[in-house]
Amino acid sequence: MDRTPSDTGTARLADPPERSRPAAAGSQPADRHAHAPVIGSSQPAAIPSDDEPVFGAGTLGGRVGPARFADRVLAGLSSGAGAFLVLLIGLVTVFLVIRALPAITADKSNFLTARTWDVGGDTPDFGVLPLLWVTVLISLVAMVLAVPVAIGIALFISQYAPARVARPVAYVIDLLAAIPSIIYGVWGIAVLAPKIQPVADWLSRHAGWIPLFKDYNVKGGTIFTGGVVLAVMILPIITAIGRDVFERTPRANIEAAWALGATHWEVIRLAVLPYGRPGLVSGAMLGLGRALGETIAITLILSKVSNAGAFSFSIFNGGETFASKIANNAAEFNSPAQTGAYIAAGLVLFVLTFAVNAAARWVVNRRKEFA
Amino acid sequence: MTSLTIPGPLAAAPGSGWRKAKDRIATTVIYGSFLLALVPLVWLLWTVLSRGLHAITSDGWFTGSQRGITYRDGGGGALHAIVGTVEQVALCTVISVPIALLVAIYLVEYGRGPLARATTFMVDILTGIPSIVAALFIYAVFVTSFSGQRAGWLVSLALVMLMIPVVVRTTEEMLRLVPNELREASYALGVPKWKTIVKIVLPTAMSGIMTGIVLGVARVAGETAPLLVLVGYSPNDNSNLFSGPQGSLPGMIKDQFGNLGSTTILRGGHKVSVHYAADRMWGAALTLILLVMALNLLARLIASRSKVSS
Amino acid sequence: MAKRIDARNLNIYYGKFLAVADVDFTIAPRSVTAFIGPSGCGKSTVLRTINRMHEVIAGATVQGELLLDGEDIYGADVDPVNVRRTIGMVFQRPNPFPTMSIYDNVAAGLKLQSSRMKRSDLDVVVEKSLRAANLWDEVKDRLAKPGAGLSGGQQQRLCIARAIAVEPQVLLMDEPCSALDPISTLAIEDLIQSLKQKYTIVIVTHNMQQAARVSERTAFFNLAGVGKPGQLVEIDETQKIFSNPTEKATEDYISGRFG
Repeated sequence: MDRTPSDTGTARLADPPERSRPAAAGSQPADRHAHAPVIGSSQPAAIPSDDEPVFGAGTLGGRVGPARFADRVLAGLSSGAGAFLVLLIGLVTVFLVIRALPAITADKSNFLTARTWDVGGDTPDFGVLPLLWVTVLISLVAMVLAVPVAIGIALFISQYAPARVARPVAYVIDLLAAIPSIIYGVWGIAVLAPKIQPVADWLSRHAGWIPLFKDYNVKGGTIFTGGVVLAVMILPIITAIGRDVFERTPRANIEAAWALGATHWEVIRLAVLPYGRPGLVSGAMLGLGRALGETIAITLILSKVSNAGAFSFSIFNGGETFASKIANNAAEFNSPAQTGAYIAAGLVLFVLTFAVNAAARWVVNRRKEFA
Repeated sequence: MTSLTIPGPLAAAPGSGWRKAKDRIATTVIYGSFLLALVPLVWLLWTVLSRGLHAITSDGWFTGSQRGITYRDGGGGALHAIVGTVEQVALCTVISVPIALLVAIYLVEYGRGPLARATTFMVDILTGIPSIVAALFIYAVFVTSFSGQRAGWLVSLALVMLMIPVVVRTTEEMLRLVPNELREASYALGVPKWKTIVKIVLPTAMSGIMTGIVLGVARVAGETAPLLVLVGYSPNDNSNLFSGPQGSLPGMIKDQFGNLGSTTILRGGHKVSVHYAADRMWGAALTLILLVMALNLLARLIASRSKVSS
Repeated sequence: MAKRIDARNLNIYYGKFLAVADVDFTIAPRSVTAFIGPSGCGKSTVLRTINRMHEVIAGATVQGELLLDGEDIYGADVDPVNVRRTIGMVFQRPNPFPTMSIYDNVAAGLKLQSSRMKRSDLDVVVEKSLRAANLWDEVKDRLAKPGAGLSGGQQQRLCIARAIAVEPQVLLMDEPCSALDPISTLAIEDLIQSLKQKYTIVIVTHNMQQAARVSERTAFFNLAGVGKPGQLVEIDETQKIFSNPTEKATEDYISGRFG
């Protein structure tokens, strides 16, 4: 079994085993130990005198010290850094829970289902349901808008555009990810919102009987506006992963479809999309994770509504997400009890994004096992 | 490339008209989706550029602060914000890079078994952690639990959590691109493993690693959520990361955003409508975008000098 | 300075999979021994166990004895790093370090093994190694240029210079010419002839003419059967292997009546 370099592309180079030989093979250990010193002392004569300097001449044992020590230091430091990351996530959970628990126990209402948010007084009375609702709704709006466009762009880059166009295009899409979210926020509310207001008006005038499009007379700072901006923000994430999986469609699958006389679109539908589906799902979920947690852009865009408890189903209403609720009140973190309520909200957000991201990774990894 | 028309008997199979139409529709939609994505990008960049240019070309933008300047006054600079952002990001980078490099080295050169799997998973989770949650964690540890005061360095710590996964991911990818043949060549010369990693593997992947670091810096430079939770905004110069409110570019944008709209002032006996806060907000936004884009460009430049091809 | 190699009852595993079974041979100092055999028969694997490069692959283990002038290189107190300093290796594809100049590539082993060495001493070693690798005249004016800028054949000779710069006792070559053109191959073969004055050389090759040209002794490896481990069929004088081998399998392989 010859080992070619490409075999090891994914194989990790292992630490040399300390002693690889099973005990059975070393059946004459006493003999060996009797040998070693003899070899050691008889070898110096074998050191060549004409060639200086000499390394590794003579006995093979000996100076195991410094090199091995440094090897252990780097191995220890790097695995320590890995363990630190694992510990860090553990600490995040522990600290958020510790700081959130007192507030949750002091809560007069059910923390998960209550629709009020009153944390200033002596008897805190709050729940995260409205936050959860707005967070999910705004993220869904973003997904509905972003996923099809991202798939289109990913197909454009991987299947349509010639190579010399594809690279710059991919770079341009990546630029969208480079723009800081606060700039999306100010642009979204100050520039974009007035321009897409007519779309919202038209929809609520003609389809206002659908709860989703009911007019709440919120101008600009709606879930709709926030969703559009979020869609732009998560577009590059989904595109990047879609591009990646589409490019990896086996050449043979594509050619087989061509050979059947399929049109370009049929090739994509028969070969490319089915192959890329799991990757797309996880890409979309990573985008969702990002949307759920996006803070400052949403904080700047969404109008707070006076009666958040009576939450609506409309995307033309305002509201607050987990992240924007925390951000809006960050300047007034005073008493531990009050802060605890916000930390509790943060904890729910953390659990939510954790679950979505973990699920996305699970989809990817399950696929890897097939590949 | 799809409009290859085949004449004669090969062409018209039954139903092929509809198939072709579908193909054409799909092509249009796919090209259209790319053009659609360009709209917000160009629009946003143009907005920031056209509205921000006035402020950043004005006197004192890169030398002054906002000390004593209200929304009714023009002028003032962004130096305090630039200093704050640069300091916070620099501290974050100094902490993140060694940790991230070690984690990547661990994953590529050493990692096997449960700890490696757990680490990979946690890097994924960190990649997706919302910045506001990272900020709350730092707050819960350093402010609530150890009764510390809000200050710039806490922002740096929160940013560390956001930067590490970016640098780990790119570094990991780059280290995996280093051919095993080079490691073997080094081992075969009798070079110990740690020296092989430090002197052969890391230098070979260096440009890719630098790219990752620069992208990480760009990612955290625009982060705003940790600023809201972990440090107050100050319009004054404060270069002390460890005490007091501190300015930053995102903080300045947020601050000026609070005073948008036009203001009427008296100038030479006439009432004039001015937009000082808006000017400064777009100016700060342009400054931030220029900073981030410059970092991205730098990352591209470094990446193009890579010794390993991807 | 060249040393003798003895293999006794070598069994080589990848995890639980027995890749090569029961190998015995003796390789004399200052000789060239060729390992030949069909793909997948384990000849490269055996070669890589001689300097303990085999075990850098996760799960790879070795049973049996490998003696270097009587000293077991798999002994409990033996550091594999020291083994590799003593037994150099040249790989199938030229692999100069891409970040280093020609000079630094040759000096890499010395610089990375021990930290301090005077520049003037290093200069001497680099020139000597490059001369020994028949490369000095071609590169002496551009020692500071990147090693990756050389042609394939030059790169391989650079790798040989790099390997002999650390003064090994044994030089292992894993199909060193398979990625090279005929002229470069000839240059490497000439080089092997001159290197055997000082080193024990073991070369794995797919090219039987090459084995016949460069080696004094030849070892023929083959699979014991489908799904069975590789084995050493016979090892003998090259002339005998190619004219009058003991085993029928060898004769079939040599004469092309194989598989």
